[in-house]
Amino acid sequence: MSNFPFLSVLTVAPLVGALVVAFLPRHRPELAKQVAFVWSLLVLVLSVVMWVSFKAGGDRFQFRESYSWIPNWGVNFTFAADGIALVMLMLIAVLVPLVILASWHDAESSKRSVPVYFALLLVLECTMIGVFAAADVFLFYVFFEVMLVPMYFLIGSYGGHQRQYAAVKFFLYSLVGGLFMLAAVIGLWVVGGKTFDWQALSQVDISTGTERWLFLGFFLAFAIKAPFFPFHTWLPDAGGAAPAGAAALLVGVLDKVGTFGILRYCLPLFPEASKWFAPWALALGVIGIVYAALLAVGQNDLKRLVSYTSIAHFGFIGVGIFAFTTQAGTGAVLYMLNHGLATGLLFLVVGMLIARRGSALISDFGGAGKLVPVLAGVLFFAGLASLALPGTAPFISEFLVLIGTFTVNKPVAVIATLGIILAAAYVLWMVQRTTQGTLNPALTEVDGMRRDLNLREKVVVAPLIALIVLLGFYPKPVTDVINPAVQATMDDIGRTDPAPSVGTVQEARR
Amino acid sequence: MTELKLPSLDYAALAPILIMLGAALVGVLVEAFVPRRSRHVVQLTLALLAVLAALTMVVLNADDRLITAGQAISVDGPTLFLQGAILVLAAMALLLIGDRSVERGGAFVAQAAVTAESADDRRQAEGRNGLTEIYPLTTFAIGGMLIFVAANDLLTMFIALEVFSLPLYLLCALARRRRLLSQEAAMKYFLLGAYASAFFLFGVALIYGFTSGIPGRGAGVDFSTINAAVTESPTSPVLLFAGMALLAIGLLFKAAAAPFHVWTPDVYQGAPTPVTGFMAACTKVAAFGALLRVFHVAFAGAAWDFTPVLGAVAVLTMLVGAVLAVTQTDIKRLLAYSSIANAGYLLVGVLSPSRDGLSGTMFYLVAYGFSVLAAFAVVTLVRDADGEATHLSRWAGLGRRSPFYAGLFTFILLAFAGIPLTSGFTSKFAIFGPALDGGQAWLVIAGVLTSMVLAFPYLRVVVMMWLSEPGESTPTVTVPGGLTSAALMIGVLATLVLGVAPAPLLDLATGAADFVR
Repeated sequence: MSNFPFLSVLTVAPLVGALVVAFLPRHRPELAKQVAFVWSLLVLVLSVVMWVSFKAGGDRFQFRESYSWIPNWGVNFTFAADGIALVMLMLIAVLVPLVILASWHDAESSKRSVPVYFALLLVLECTMIGVFAAADVFLFYVFFEVMLVPMYFLIGSYGGHQRQYAAVKFFLYSLVGGLFMLAAVIGLWVVGGKTFDWQALSQVDISTGTERWLFLGFFLAFAIKAPFFPFHTWLPDAGGAAPAGAAALLVGVLDKVGTFGILRYCLPLFPEASKWFAPWALALGVIGIVYAALLAVGQNDLKRLVSYTSIAHFGFIGVGIFAFTTQAGTGAVLYMLNHGLATGLLFLVVGMLIARRGSALISDFGGAGKLVPVLAGVLFFAGLASLALPGTAPFISEFLVLIGTFTVNKPVAVIATLGIILAAAYVLWMVQRTTQGTLNPALTEVDGMRRDLNLREKVVVAPLIALIVLLGFYPKPVTDVINPAVQATMDDIGRTDPAPSVGTVQEARR
Repeated sequence: MTELKLPSLDYAALAPILIMLGAALVGVLVEAFVPRRSRHVVQLTLALLAVLAALTMVVLNADDRLITAGQAISVDGPTLFLQGAILVLAAMALLLIGDRSVERGGAFVAQAAVTAESADDRRQAEGRNGLTEIYPLTTFAIGGMLIFVAANDLLTMFIALEVFSLPLYLLCALARRRRLLSQEAAMKYFLLGAYASAFFLFGVALIYGFTSGIPGRGAGVDFSTINAAVTESPTSPVLLFAGMALLAIGLLFKAAAAPFHVWTPDVYQGAPTPVTGFMAACTKVAAFGALLRVFHVAFAGAAWDFTPVLGAVAVLTMLVGAVLAVTQTDIKRLLAYSSIANAGYLLVGVLSPSRDGLSGTMFYLVAYGFSVLAAFAVVTLVRDADGEATHLSRWAGLGRRSPFYAGLFTFILLAFAGIPLTSGFTSKFAIFGPALDGGQAWLVIAGVLTSMVLAFPYLRVVVMMWLSEPGESTPTVTVPGGLTSAALMIGVLATLVLGVAPAPLLDLATGAADFVR
């Protein structure tokens, strides 16, 4: 099966689905939803087959395919996946059907075409898969930019309060980053001898000055995308205004493109510059962890709160990447996956809560657990996963990042640990103010609040809860895939892990 | 008395030019002898057939690399590529010009001499058939452009400049509605254009003086003489620099580069929209074709001297276009400033002396021409009882009223913003890549930074169309007849195809990117 062109088929399939859905008659929204859902399930099945045929100990890049596209510039449709990309592809394939299911009624409240909403979700899936599957820098850039368009319309057309402002801000921020990257992409093409092939480019020697500029071009784009402090201001607006399903994809997957890009492009292509800039990147990560967590504590809007928690988590991922140890790197990649699951779940649950109450403000809730106990329970679980409680998947990744960082940079690890305490503060306080305590009398007058989770919503949350618990106890299948890829990335920048030193008894006494 | 020696003429190589000018003359006769009611059809058919025939000749001549008519006309790769581009884009523009389904009687005035805003004027606006003199005028302009990109000496270039400029001045004044605005635009364009021509001519004179000093060779303004003089002439280079500067002013005026751009927004706004599209696409190709030839062939030896100056002009042009586009509230003015910014990007291409730079610039010209014509085609469709509704606030909610045309326009705007899978992205790459390769990193960085600024106004229009609620005054989109639809669809498809599969045209441009000297 390993000869099957998985990656190109996976990229194209959602696009075909999107076209089918978009041309379904507008007055039959149910049909559009069903087609979109089934289609995304097919993509999931195909991804699972791909996961199974991936050889964990095999080549770094597998499923490589290459077709000529613009020979004049040396551009090819080259797809290939390493362990990191594979994990992200699985995350997409799992999240999209759940998001479609969770968004079943989201588009109806907006007076806009329902089939188009689901078509846009599928287009988004196509571009997301493409961006992780590309092994040609030009192709990567194309997907990186085109990805903005469906998301822009999802936020702008189907979003909530201030959606226009949020959509434009999202688009402009990403485009600015993208254009810096375009300059760097062209620069890389020129110094790399007019090729865009990742593997060829990673062999090129670049002079120190040029390498630093090119690194900055790429890093800026990824730092805006991820987003790292201080480029994060678009995310709370976009996350707050986007419909819950789109927000789950935005934070769960789209932003991972930033951290993935750093791992795939910044570190291997510009190893020296990466090391040179690492202290700065670590500083941004640490500031992000503390600053965003503090802001999250102060939020009164549920979706903005979740957005800020994500920025804090991206700080962790950034620290893990730039610590340059295999443990921290593996932790960071694992975090990318777990954060997608946990924050995806949190966003979807929060979305269900908001849909019932008709308001995203925490102060409009209070004691909701008495009316919708199951929903409140799921919210509590999602919150605990998000604060990285041991037993949930994010704990393992956060722990790996921290110990991996501690071996090389103690101050950063210590400050980052503060983030865990703050995470407990914002999650627990949010849960307390929404679902615990005395019942807010206004809630009883809202019809929606009397309905607990229905079957559809249970089907949405169940797989995510299962995965979070499963990976919390047994992450080995994932780490087996990630480890070699991270190891290879560390080799690219020429860093080896510090040898573990066990203090002898004499030393301890001395 | 010595016998006059006639230069040999290669009629086949000159055929595209001769066909267009001949068709224009026939068009004048048609005005005189064909009855009024059938003139429109006859003229349009004649013009389109002439363009088609000229295009065929260009294709048949594809392998020509020669200089003919004395030293006056060179027929080489860039000439043929740009002539082909002008003809294809002109055919699209003719489709827009000839359309009479969107507005009754067409976009042109029925009687240009009627006093604006008078009762007669209102009567003519209500649907009497428009002038048909526009077709010979357009055909003359196309013919002039074909000479302009082929001219191999400065005098021929000057004559070509006038041949295509004079009809354009007239065409600008012929809008059916908002006659005062249209006449004002024509007046401005004419006065400033006349100045620019004078600068150009003075530059020619100075260059002639400069070439007179080469030992063993007569003075002249053909490009090979100038090229030799740049390296060999003992005359003070002040003449050369002053001459170059004056020539550049004349050419940059036509290309709408800052600080010679001030006419652009007014003229683009006042001129009938099909003519605006014609100018934005074809005049741009012609002006940059001439710039390429003058600076790559005639003044190639002085590249060290003109590159910093033209580079500064390029940066200024990009900045002015991008920043002022942000503040515009009229769609035609917005597109005008966007076209100024694009002139800046094209100048970056002109400053890359490599073969890739030349082919990239030519690719950009074609790609931009298609997109901008499609954009103006949509502008002609959005209208209310008073004609086109060009104020941006009127476009609010257009996506709801007519999602198809709003979708097409959105696609064009994304192309202007340089989003991948559109020709806007590939053409930016085609320009910036060779520029960076040639060591002009500062120009590329300026280009990237201004692209960021420029994305905002485009996005604002998209927001207007899709994310705003339709108001009471949101105009409707007229369903266009065959001609406008054809032009629009060609433009949109070309924007898509050149974005997804640019290789064939790039091959063509690369194959053509070699001047005969």
